[in-house]
Amino acid sequence: MDLIVTATSQGFLWGIMALGIFMTYRILNLPDMTAEGAFPLGGAVAAQLILHGVSPVLATAISFVIGMLAGAITAWLITKGNVPDLLAGILTMTGLYSINLRILTRANLSLLGEERLTDFLSGLHLPSSFDTLFTGFMICTVLIFLLVSFFKTEIGQAVIATGDNERMARSMGISTSRMKAVGLMLSNGLVAMAGAMIAQDNGYADISMGIGTIVIGLAAVIIGEVVFGNLSFTHRLICVILGAIIYRLIILFVLLIGLEPNDLKLISAVILAFCLALPSLRKSMHLHFFDRKEQNER
Amino acid sequence: MSVNTILDIQGLSKTYQQKTLNEHQVLKELSFQVNKGDFITVIGGNGSGKSSLLNAIAGSSIPDKGKILLSGKDITRLKEEQRADQIGRVFQDPLMGTAPRMTVAENLAIAFRRGKKRRFRRGITANEKELYMDLLAKLGLGLERRLDSEMGLLSGGQRQAITLLMATMKKPAILLLDEHTAALDPKTAQTILSLTSQRIKEEKLTALMITHNMQDALTYGNRLLMLDSGKIVMDLSQEEKESLTAESLILLFQQHSLGFDLSS
Ligand SMILES: Nc1ncnc2c1ncn2[C@@H]1O[C@H](COP(=O)(O)OP(=O)(O)OP(=O)(O)O)[C@@H](O)[C@H]1O
Ligand SMILES: [Mg+2]
Repeated sequence: MDLIVTATSQGFLWGIMALGIFMTYRILNLPDMTAEGAFPLGGAVAAQLILHGVSPVLATAISFVIGMLAGAITAWLITKGNVPDLLAGILTMTGLYSINLRILTRANLSLLGEERLTDFLSGLHLPSSFDTLFTGFMICTVLIFLLVSFFKTEIGQAVIATGDNERMARSMGISTSRMKAVGLMLSNGLVAMAGAMIAQDNGYADISMGIGTIVIGLAAVIIGEVVFGNLSFTHRLICVILGAIIYRLIILFVLLIGLEPNDLKLISAVILAFCLALPSLRKSMHLHFFDRKEQNER
Repeated sequence: MSVNTILDIQGLSKTYQQKTLNEHQVLKELSFQVNKGDFITVIGGNGSGKSSLLNAIAGSSIPDKGKILLSGKDITRLKEEQRADQIGRVFQDPLMGTAPRMTVAENLAIAFRRGKKRRFRRGITANEKELYMDLLAKLGLGLERRLDSEMGLLSGGQRQAITLLMATMKKPAILLLDEHTAALDPKTAQTILSLTSQRIKEEKLTALMITHNMQDALTYGNRLLMLDSGKIVMDLSQEEKESLTAESLILLFQQHSLGFDLSS
């Protein structure tokens, strides 16, 4: 039971990161690698700030802003430098590795005994992990509300249009470079913020904590889509969070059946590969049945 | 340039893959004027430069030489999105003009703000939705009932009708149509063509329409241009057009493309 609560609360935190991945991979249709650097960047910035006595709330907020800057660099490379999307993200990510090391000053920075974002709930004397669960739930709810409101504005709609049909967006007078910048900044801000919160939850920030960020984020996005299907925008965001929780539960399960934490990256990759291939697998297995059904629906 | 001129193209040239073996001049010192209210049909063989001309006007490619004045303003080097307030466009591919994952209403709302700066305001208001219903109803295709459907669920013809509406709902200085019925079945193509002509009349639009259908080129519009290897080789007025049949136009067309074939 405890383990499930822990896994679920981690799901909320990783879900915030997955929302960031959703912004780039799904809304902007842009494979952004920056996230792998922005995630530890957020963790490093928050850890260092907290160790210097900054309040966890402020430290987490600053991580968000610093993450946005990382997104802005990638956006600048793509729109002004005409660097291909994938390469631009890889460049920022690689550069960030050195910057993250500078911020951390060593490979691993412990936060044991420091204040945490969840401390404001300590007065309630919740059982262990429930404070993270509540904090994660509340932050996710607020974030989804804010994101849904944002994407209903003219700018939000312009970002969606840019990802959906860039040529059409430009012919409608939308500055697609600016919208890509908005999307990339928002995405990496969320990813860095998740990095800050997960560092606090783990009790340390680590230079290698970003490895696999994109695989995990995408796995959450795609698990959400596979399990819950094609939905409205608000529901898609909620499903990203649910996808992240399911992902953490799957991880919990494989650990319980005896695999080691060191195997986790491999497991993440296998889960994502499986989810990505699932639609084609399903098709090739029930080809005729599904074809007929699709035709009837037309 | 008369006061009636809305689009003035002066000595437009464009060469692709300059200074390579594949160097290819697609527009050659091309000049012409368009009067306000003109509906011009444009014909010409494959590769004669029709799309290149429209791309230069719309800003999706920047010419090497020459000038484009639209409503008296030099737009030659403006970015596509910077001149979008003046230009309505329908592409050949019905998938090109709309965003598939957005709803019909959301697509129309994007078009309703064509060329306006996007702000942190509501992306679509309740009043707008009523306006869109009315506009869609006028198309007579029952699309007003699909306002909240995702665009990707509609057929090519339905999407092209909506693209046409999107290109014209905020009146453009010029409407650019690039074989916008070529990918549709003959019946749908005729529907879209008559809707096009209806919108142009209703809104008193100025339009350039590329087509490979000689009959359509004669039936619609008040002027006809024929392009061949990047130049205008024929410019017919309304009266001249009326005296022609599709057969005689094909003959003229063949004479010109034959000349091109012999020279190359
Ligand atoms: N981006 C590009 N790079 C290189 N060559 C190009 C490019 N775009 C067009 N061309 C060439 O320019 C020439 C003119 O093309 P354009 O599309 O304007 O012809 P078109 O008259 O529209 O023909 P169609 O009737 O086939 O649509 C063609 O030979 C084409 O191969
Ligand atoms: Mg063409």
